[in-house]
Amino acid sequence: MDAPQTGRSVRRKEGRAKLTGQALYVDDVAPAGVLHGVTVRSPIARGVVTGIHFDPAIDWDEFTIVTAADIPGVNRVKLIVDDQPYLASDVVNHAEEPVVLVAHADRARAEDARRRIRIDVDPRPPVFTIDEALAKREVIWGEDNVFKRYRVSKGDVERALGLAAIVVEGEYETGAQEQLYIEPNGMLAVADPEHGITVWGSMQCPYYIHAALARLFAVPEERVRVVQMETGGGFGGKEEYPSMLAGHAALLAWKSKRPVKMIYGRAEDMVATTKRHPSRTRHRTAIDREGRLLAMDIDFVIDGGAYCTLSPVVLSRGTIHAAGPYSCPNVRVSARAVATSVPPHGAFRGFGAPQSIFALERQMDRVAAAAGLSPEEFRRRNFIRPGETLAVGQTIKEPVNMPALLDRALAMSSYRAKRERFTRENGRGGPARKGIGFATFMHGAGFTGSGEVHLRSIVSVDVSREGNVRVLAASTEIGQGTNTIFSQIAADALGIDPDDIEIVRPDTSEVPNSGPTVASRTCMVVGKLVETAALSIRHTLVDSGYLGAVYDREHFFAACERYVDAFGRLRASSQYEPPSGLTWDDEQYVGDAYGTYAWAAYVAEVTVDLTTWTTRVDDFVAVQEVGRVINPTLAAGQIEGGVAQGIGWALYEDVVWREGRMLNAQMTNYIMPASMDLPDIRVYFEEVPYPNGPGGAKGIGELPMDGAAPAIVNAVAQATGANLTRLPLTPERLMAAMEMSVA
Amino acid sequence: MARLLDVLRQQAGLTGTKEGCGEGECGACAVRIDGELVNSCLVPAAHAANASIQTIEGVAARGDLHVVQEAFLEHGGAQCGICTPGMVLAAVDLLERFPHPTEAQVRAALAGNLCRCTGYMRIFESVLEAARRISASRL
Repeated sequence: MDAPQTGRSVRRKEGRAKLTGQALYVDDVAPAGVLHGVTVRSPIARGVVTGIHFDPAIDWDEFTIVTAADIPGVNRVKLIVDDQPYLASDVVNHAEEPVVLVAHADRARAEDARRRIRIDVDPRPPVFTIDEALAKREVIWGEDNVFKRYRVSKGDVERALGLAAIVVEGEYETGAQEQLYIEPNGMLAVADPEHGITVWGSMQCPYYIHAALARLFAVPEERVRVVQMETGGGFGGKEEYPSMLAGHAALLAWKSKRPVKMIYGRAEDMVATTKRHPSRTRHRTAIDREGRLLAMDIDFVIDGGAYCTLSPVVLSRGTIHAAGPYSCPNVRVSARAVATSVPPHGAFRGFGAPQSIFALERQMDRVAAAAGLSPEEFRRRNFIRPGETLAVGQTIKEPVNMPALLDRALAMSSYRAKRERFTRENGRGGPARKGIGFATFMHGAGFTGSGEVHLRSIVSVDVSREGNVRVLAASTEIGQGTNTIFSQIAADALGIDPDDIEIVRPDTSEVPNSGPTVASRTCMVVGKLVETAALSIRHTLVDSGYLGAVYDREHFFAACERYVDAFGRLRASSQYEPPSGLTWDDEQYVGDAYGTYAWAAYVAEVTVDLTTWTTRVDDFVAVQEVGRVINPTLAAGQIEGGVAQGIGWALYEDVVWREGRMLNAQMTNYIMPASMDLPDIRVYFEEVPYPNGPGGAKGIGELPMDGAAPAIVNAVAQATGANLTRLPLTPERLMAAMEMSVA
Repeated sequence: MARLLDVLRQQAGLTGTKEGCGEGECGACAVRIDGELVNSCLVPAAHAANASIQTIEGVAARGDLHVVQEAFLEHGGAQCGICTPGMVLAAVDLLERFPHPTEAQVRAALAGNLCRCTGYMRIFESVLEAARRISASRL
């Protein structure tokens, strides 16, 4: 057999189709007779619907019109709490909430009709901020506006705070972040009572949509089919929202008895779909005179918007990551996800962790200063080591070496020399200041706690007589490289080439439920199932005597042919089994929160223009340990892309709200990084094989979102001397912070 | 008035040209009209009358990938693929005008094409590699 396929930069499997324009995204298909669906939305943030007014100037008989009254099943998007309606009826809880759906064969006429429907709403007082939600003057959700609470508790925080030599307090805020996948959300549906419901679309999680549609139409799940089209970016933005859009398209198809396509325009996608949760974190940190952590008291709040959606799990990840990769005997994390009258916030790469890590890593730099230590020396004294326990009581069993990661990142970035030089040069004045800063952090791979056990994910591999090896999984390719790494993993398990492997398009009528494509789980968790199922095929061939212990490709295909001739079918499945020795208590929030973590140290170098207050990132170094790397080119692409999103979140991406509505819902004035805005992003992988991952791999996708913002803001803090606590650090905010620090 | 983008996608069936924003910001709909790179969402179809239009479907000659496409494939220049057609056309356009670009020129030439996946690093690398291969093939 040839050298391993994992560890090599095998070409992207669907790359040629994407590069030649042949890859089909949902808006690229148009079945005969298709109607175009549009959505009429709430004009205000909160109120009682008093009427729906149709402009009598046009003939409404030409249009298919759907309201909540047309829903055959349950008018709730199935997720965690099931509080969000597909279509609002009596009340609206956020601006842009869907109320009426309209379809017409002519897209322009559908759009014209949308503008001629008026939703009359009697206003009720909205709640727009975390503080307003917690004040409970208006209760808009449940009894107290709180979707979910967690409390992590280790040791005796109050006592340690009382006895400590030094206590540092801080408050940090992060803003909403727009997903900005370049392909907006889109769905195509056919549906009727006789044949059931089929949707094709842009998505991350086919089986979420599958379960949601069955409930919406009150039909058995076998009457629903969900097919993923090529998907132009996800980042979490196509985790839960596609269930809503698939439901809308299917409702219009059900009523019109025609195929219905709903493709959001950019502005609609920006105002109506999910963004990263805004957050506020308060820290009180106690240290001793040697700069060792004694206590961390953390209050973490995220703004979930008007419906619960995924806020409890976003909060969970943010909570568990809030105390970082540090060893501290006394830790308390009080966490809340609150309701406000804005469109629901949702999954976005990092899933709560970037918010709490930003706060922590800013706080750690400030605590270091209070201790009279350099940021790196302070961290070195407090890094978690094997055998020590995290805030949730998880004892680290893997050979983590944070000091080594940090040293490498500092060396690659010439950190020490630059830090000294910038301090010296900044003192001389001039129109610009320079700074260099870093963040050290970790990211848990896979679902939190017992999540993977509940999911019970399955992957199948089958082989035809002709030797066509197919991997069947619901895990979606959304640009991150699922198709390619699954091919590499299966190829290694079977001793054949990645080109010999076909990755079956996720279609719920064909693939088993391998779980959602989220939580940095596809490579580590689902990839392991691919490996196990493929190994099972190999063992079947060897054990049945058709294949020798040592073989080449030709032998493999000959063995498949003989086996299928003899037995008719060659197929194996693999279902998730937790690694041994993991325990998790959902009630106490104690135990092994994740099977493993990725570990990282990121360094950013910046220039701040004192005239315009703009910040430019001049250099970026990303050092991480993600287990073994399956495909170096794809893995580095994940890191670079995540860092770029982190740079955007840190400096440019500012969602401007007015009355609960995004004002700057255009690429013209919501600014994401373009080619001229980014530094060279230098990526280094420290490879330590993880025994429970395929080929030794861990999760990777979300990690890079965590580190860029705190590294950058720590660098700007060195450059300016200001106490910077809010993201995004726009020129306006930096100017205000500088004026505060001078005053 | 129909946009060139809609005529290409809906009437000519050339769906390789993508719509990302509809306002000329993202470059996913980039095509070349008589050799000039434009965002087809901003061009009235009538303006392209009698012109030669190159879309992504016309970049690979008779099934052979263009050197830019080869380089993107090898160097990880495409991830989700939705910005890729416009990005490839912008790169092809650059290399026809400046066969030996610096990285700064590559960055400037691609400034009208937004990518949310890659962080652009591998796109720059792909374009520079394509330039090297074009130079080598002309020696």
